[in-house]
Formats: sequence, C-alpha cells, structure tokens
Amino acid sequence: MSEAILECKGLSKYFGQFPALHDMNISLPAGKIIGLLGPNGSGKTTLIKLACGLLTPTEGEITICGFKPGIESKARVSYLPERTYLPDWMTVIECMEYFEDFYADFDMERATSMLQSLQIPTKARMKTLSKGTKEKVQLVLVMSRRARLYLLDEPIGGVDPAARDYILGTILKNYCEDSTVLISTHLIGDVEKILDEFIFIQNGQLVSYASTDSLREDLGKSIDQYFREVFRC
Amino acid sequence: MKGSDDLAWEFSNDKPIFVQVSDQIVSGILTGTFKMGEKLPSVREFAIIAAVNPNTVQRALSELESVGLIETQRNTGKYVTQEGSIIEMARKKRGELLACEFLKSMAALGYTNEQIISLLEEAEKGEAKGDE
Repeated sequence: MSEAILECKGLSKYFGQFPALHDMNISLPAGKIIGLLGPNGSGKTTLIKLACGLLTPTEGEITICGFKPGIESKARVSYLPERTYLPDWMTVIECMEYFEDFYADFDMERATSMLQSLQIPTKARMKTLSKGTKEKVQLVLVMSRRARLYLLDEPIGGVDPAARDYILGTILKNYCEDSTVLISTHLIGDVEKILDEFIFIQNGQLVSYASTDSLREDLGKSIDQYFREVFRC
Repeated sequence: MKGSDDLAWEFSNDKPIFVQVSDQIVSGILTGTFKMGEKLPSVREFAIIAAVNPNTVQRALSELESVGLIETQRNTGKYVTQEGSIIEMARKKRGELLACEFLKSMAALGYTNEQIISLLEEAEKGEAKGDE
C-alpha cells in the first residue's frame, strides 16, 4: 500500500461549543473515487475545508500526501467549493488564464475541450452566465488540474441531469491511479455507480467507511437504501 | 464504440455492481454484441459508457477472465475467447438460470409444471400465427 492521500488523526473542529467534527480518524488511499455522505449539517463541508486549509483544526491533525495544509498540500489539492468564487467581471477565458497562472498542474487543453463539449462561450463574462453554467465553469477549472486529491463539495447539485451525466463522465475520464476524488453530495443515487468507497458521517462523527461492493455483497443494499435506513428521521 | 450502445446499462440495488457489469458483458457476448475473438472496449471505455467506476469494470473483467470467457493479449487489450465450448457453457448456464427464475415466478402464480408446459406450447403456436 502506498502512502495515504488524505489522513485524519483525532481530528476535531469546534465552532464555540458546537462540535462540527469530533475525533475523526480516517485514511484514504490513492486511486479511488470516494463519496462523502451525510445528512445536512453533518460536517461534510467542515472536513473538506479542513483538508484545504481554509479552517484550522481545534484538535488533532489532517495531512494530504503527508503534508499539513499549506503550500505543499495546496499544490496537490484541487478544491471545488460549494459556491463559486470566480470574479464576476472576468470572462471565462480570463478565469482559465488565472488558473493557469496560479497552478502549475493546470491543463489548458483539457479545460478548453471540456468547455467546448459543454458549449460554454469562453468570451462571455462570468456575470452574464446562469448559475448552473457558472458551476460548470468552476468544475471544469477544478477538474483540469492534475492534482492528487480532488475535493468536490456538492459538484452536481445545481446542474441539469444531462450536465450531471457529463460531469460524472468527466470525473471517470480524468480518473487516474495516483489520485483520489472525494465527492460530497446528497444525490447518492446519481453518484453511487461511480463510487469505489463511501464515508458516512453524522453529527461530526464517522458512522462508516466501506466499499460500495462490499455493502451490496454483505447487506444486498444500495448506498442510497442504506443511507435512508441509517439516517431515518 | 461499436456494439456497446446495444447494452442497457441499468443496475439494480440488490447485487454488487461488478456482478451486474459482468452479467451484462456476458449477455453482450451471448447475443453477439461482442463476437467470438473480437477485441473488447478498454476498461476506461467500458467505465465511461456504462458510467461506472473503472475499478468496478476491472473487477468484472477479471471475473470473466477467470472463467475463460475473455482473454488478455499482451499490450493489445482484452478479447472475447475463441473457444466455442466456453461460450456454449456460459449460454447453458444463463439459459438454466432464466428457466429456473421463470419456473419460480410461475409457481408463485399457482401454475403446475404441466400447466406451464401447455401454456408454453400455446404461446409458441400463437407466436407462429403472429409471424404469418
């Protein structure tokens, strides 16, 4: 087994008294597509933000390819936030150049061809694009990096079903053995087929971390069904 | 990609996906979508057309390889076997499975074996008439 891509040891994050994440211990290997699943407010985004270095842990530690969040980890992590942060006044092509300047691993060719197949006008300014189209642009930029770890926070929530298929296809196409993709979503039925493994979290704690096939072999259930049972309201 | 669109890549919830992927590839071989001795799509191509994880496809293909239905040729990819007997065996296995499932559902409806056989004969006649 090679080094872990993402590792958490006793990781906790408190907002005041509120435990957003509590004593999380997990180690994610390379070459997997992993679902980060849990009800609203379970700590999915907090975990992703800790991995990006946007939040600092209250206790414990988190490492990416052995590095604590910082310059080295950020060069290896490609992060899709919940909301796009691209400036309104930039055109799509300017956003691409921005990414090219920022990240050594950005693949301009890949980005151009993806934008083309999604029929996104590259000369348009971001503010003229619809919400879904903006999300597509952001995702294309994120997936065009050759990173070790892709952290996708709700990548398919705001786009139409056809684009959803294309995006999942894009994740599969760009999949490589050295990198891991962590997808947070509650559209489990849509992503289930492409997941190797899944992580369930609830109230900031790990509920289970298992492989998709073993769940089906052992319990004869899909992740979607299992999720509904575990988190029944 | 030739032929692969003919397969309906739909998955049920109760079985592991790799089992379902390998079942569907076997169907493709038995119905002639993938012909004897023909080259199969690569793992990645399969993953994209079936919209499943490449590791899942890899696992499905190694299952089929272990029973001899497909073969790896060094550097060029995976091929459907040229051995007719192996394909015949797979066909027999699949046929038996379908027959068992059919008998089970008919029994659940309250049919006896004799009734099922006469029903089949009638259906066959009806179909022959329909063809005229």
